[in-house]
Amino acid sequence: MKAGIVVFPGINRERDMAIALEQSSGEKPRMVWHKETDLSGLDLVVIPGGFSFGDYLRCGAMAARSPVMTAIHAHAARGGYILGVCNGFQILTEAGLLPGALLRNASLRFLSMDCQLTVERADTVFTKRYQKGQTFRSVMAHGDGNFFADDATLDRLEGEGLVAFRYAGENLNGSARAIAGVYSPNLRVLGLMPHPEDLVDPLMGGTDGKPLFDALAAA
Amino acid sequence: MKATVTVMLKSGVLDPQGKAIAHALGTLGFDNVNDVRAGKVIELDLKETDPAKAQSEAEDMARKLLANGVIESFRVEVA
Repeated sequence: MKAGIVVFPGINRERDMAIALEQSSGEKPRMVWHKETDLSGLDLVVIPGGFSFGDYLRCGAMAARSPVMTAIHAHAARGGYILGVCNGFQILTEAGLLPGALLRNASLRFLSMDCQLTVERADTVFTKRYQKGQTFRSVMAHGDGNFFADDATLDRLEGEGLVAFRYAGENLNGSARAIAGVYSPNLRVLGLMPHPEDLVDPLMGGTDGKPLFDALAAA
Repeated sequence: MKATVTVMLKSGVLDPQGKAIAHALGTLGFDNVNDVRAGKVIELDLKETDPAKAQSEAEDMARKLLANGVIESFRVEVA
């Protein structure tokens, strides 16, 4: 599928994301500046990690109100695919495209380390190259990754199968019900805090994140 | 008019920053602190001269940007 990566001021993981997408699809993704408003021709819009607008006010708050977001809302409304990683996940929650919010890590520390993720379902466009219940290695690098939603929302997410990934083992950032990533109701918008794009080549120390990009490339 | 928007985490939402402040106060010997909640104050200088209109405009700004209703509550004071 044709992918685009949205770049906000302060985003710094867009090139890693581009490498991961190109490695799986053989096609360079289009880089979309946050002031652009035309996403036509794109099947997948990726919001990468970083510190958009310096994390001012709240992580992702400014980016979620950028000009490009109107086009991203329209993309979502017509059933387009969206992937938000780290700051991208924060931006998607701030924009109301995914439920909940990402609070300061319960430990108050910036966590930059490996983590283990459990695949909650393997029948989505993002996860079909994984197995349900499989655990894989990923990398977290965030200060605000503590997923929060009220109990009714958490029950709904779990009841409707919209939890994408959970932290296996220690829940270092304090996320509610160890949730690391969630889907939209149509399963076409995924947001997660850890960085699958960090492990897509043996030279990076592993390929545990590659199945996600392979699945997207094949979709 | 000036509008002051105070944004606080809703009760029930963990406030690790408040906890860290409480801990530091304890270290300084302030033993009377039960709990600390940290929030933010945003001061707006508005062109509006009608207090009711300034109030409702600032509340609109708080709902749309200044506060995240999932985790935060806000109050607006106009002067």
